[in-house]
Amino acid sequence: MSAHTHDDVRKHLKLYIGVFLALLVGTAITVYAWTWHFESVAVTITVALFIACIKAFLVAGYFMHLMSERKTIYAILLTTVFFFAGLMYLTVWSRDQMPRGTTYSVGPNPPVPSVGTR
Amino acid sequence: MEIPYTVQPRADTGLFNAKVGIWLFLASEVMLFGALFSSYILLRVGANSWPHGLLNVPIGTFNTAVLISSSITMVLAWANMKMGNPGLSRIYLGITVLCGFAFLGVKTKEYYDKFVHYEVRLVDGTVTDGHIKERSGDFAIRGFKAEKGSLVLEPLNVLHANPGESMADAMARLPAKERYAHHHEKEMTIEASQIRWISNYTPKHSPYFAIYFTLTGLHALHVFGGMIVLSYLFFQNRLAFARTQTERYTNRLEVGGLFWHFVDLVWIFLFPVLYLL
Repeated sequence: MSAHTHDDVRKHLKLYIGVFLALLVGTAITVYAWTWHFESVAVTITVALFIACIKAFLVAGYFMHLMSERKTIYAILLTTVFFFAGLMYLTVWSRDQMPRGTTYSVGPNPPVPSVGTR
Repeated sequence: MEIPYTVQPRADTGLFNAKVGIWLFLASEVMLFGALFSSYILLRVGANSWPHGLLNVPIGTFNTAVLISSSITMVLAWANMKMGNPGLSRIYLGITVLCGFAFLGVKTKEYYDKFVHYEVRLVDGTVTDGHIKERSGDFAIRGFKAEKGSLVLEPLNVLHANPGESMADAMARLPAKERYAHHHEKEMTIEASQIRWISNYTPKHSPYFAIYFTLTGLHALHVFGGMIVLSYLFFQNRLAFARTQTERYTNRLEVGGLFWHFVDLVWIFLFPVLYLL
């Protein structure tokens, strides 16, 4: 934090407890949403990562005091975000450059009808 | 010579030096984990099928709660030091370190469970997984092949797959809810000659477990590193240094706390990515 006085810290104690409870609730919601077992992978990923992003915001914003930081820290993080976004862009971009059918596992994978039985 | 800017902020940054240092370090850590997440994405989109339901979600949820709890105790340790309660600060710091121990203890148990859990693919197309209850004295696994003898397996799942397919491939054809249901099937006695492919759930098993152990292993190392730093501060709390140079000690606590929160932050993404998706 930029410059917290004793009184500031005392005032923030309730906020910290609130963030802690919100993180626990967020975790519970994530697991509860997972029990729905969406057929769509895209929906599953979106829901899980959306909640994870909110939780990350709470930790970074309040526990790490990024809500009230100096410009120097924001400048460092902005640079990081830029390079992180670049890395993720390269990841997606490189995916398009792979030859069609590239896989990482051994063995054939023929398109077959459902034969799973228990 | 006194080290400058351990308490007083620099005029240009407005911060004490250690704080700028830890944020630069955390920025490099973001890129480190970012590169591994990037590897995860590439492995996942390139895989025939991605395993589901192989990790214990309740245990993962428990560990998430442990890390979140350690984050609040870390904040409270810093806040109490700031408010002039070093004794209470020490207690919260101790709880934080204990949470770290609990997290690593549970993680060790999880790793052990994976090392004794086997996927077995039979020549008749059956794929199954579970713990080996018994094995004959001459039973041996070399590479992904069983050479001699037999084993008794306590299967969780038994599926019929096509030639060359893995359990993940066969499971991918099931409805989403079925993929996570373990049925605890009857014990199976399997001769080595019936086994086409066998592996425990270690990094060699599949890209999924390779990236799982890499990501969680690196994260566990960070937890361990954080525990060393916080344990040092825990003992330093009692020394004269913390009493005479309170502001400087509090700054150290803040820097250690920032690293600890980052470790929590990484886990917030690791948990859904590896356990739930």
